[in-house]
Amino acid sequence: MNVTPDLDARFRDAALREGIVDVRFDEVDSPIGSLFVAATDRGLCRISFWPEGMEDVLARTYGVRVLRSPLDAVRRELDEYFAGSRRTFDLPLDLRVAPFHADVLRELALVPYGRTETYGALAAKVGRPRAARAVGTVMNRNPIPIVLPCHRIVGANGSLTGYAGGLDVKRRLLQLEGATLV
Amino acid sequence: MTVEPIPPFERFYLAHRDEVLGYLRRLLGQRADDAWQETFLRALRAYDRLQHGRHLRAWVFTIATNVALDDLRAKTSDTLEPGDEPAVELRRYAFRELEHLTGGLPPTERAAVVLRYGYDLPYAQIADALGSSEDAARAAASSGVRRLRSAHSVRPSKESP
Repeated sequence: MNVTPDLDARFRDAALREGIVDVRFDEVDSPIGSLFVAATDRGLCRISFWPEGMEDVLARTYGVRVLRSPLDAVRRELDEYFAGSRRTFDLPLDLRVAPFHADVLRELALVPYGRTETYGALAAKVGRPRAARAVGTVMNRNPIPIVLPCHRIVGANGSLTGYAGGLDVKRRLLQLEGATLV
Repeated sequence: MTVEPIPPFERFYLAHRDEVLGYLRRLLGQRADDAWQETFLRALRAYDRLQHGRHLRAWVFTIATNVALDDLRAKTSDTLEPGDEPAVELRRYAFRELEHLTGGLPPTERAAVVLRYGYDLPYAQIADALGSSEDAARAAASSGVRRLRSAHSVRPSKESP
């Protein structure tokens, strides 16, 4: 006895209307592959290039009431970004990270579209000029890549260094934004 | 002893939604859709208060049974008369025919029979579902079976004329 798509959608709608969902997730197609996206009532909380295991991560971080559900605003802004018609995101964010990470990610959010910044320069902006390596760790654990643009952070010599989605994705995002690459 | 973690609700939901709908269809027929939604809403409301991830299948059947019993008690006049059914022994019935066959039983016996013979749940879990003791669950199922046998005048073949 299979649940019909209509019955399934009605249940998901009712659950969201009642406010008994801790975190919802969706998958958004993009030119760099399918993106796993998740949001709480407070805002967008995750973007991941790899969906495997993400539901468990959500359950541990935001609560076990994890439900798939369309995230239309997130989808729309990402579509616009990849179409080249959006340079900044207006989505509210739900960022649950340690204070140092929050400081770094807040500065990261200010790095303009199409520009790059070095790990060291970002470290200096949060008052920790010698913490380039720690900033690298923050980039590596960025819960909301693309929207928090860690792809714009590069090595001191301008090399791409690393990226959760792979260096090829980092290069393509920077090319999309028209950044100058070394 | 390790505590079994509670899976993300989505995984629990996908694992059980079809089976629970089938169960409710057997108990409630076409009224099952609303009961099915109510079952998973109740499960979701309570989900963050679970202490561990064991016996989730029995747990959701418990909720579904409660929802179905509420519905059946409210609408007992809709149920089928057992006398309308052909006289064939219960265990020979295909799984999907239980709904039709058990329509005339009192709600608790109906749930016990369907959970035992349709879903093969052990009596301990049926007891949880019915909010009763294991003995009471066993008694409800066997009373339901006795009632069906007498309603359908089923006797062992060697006693047949």
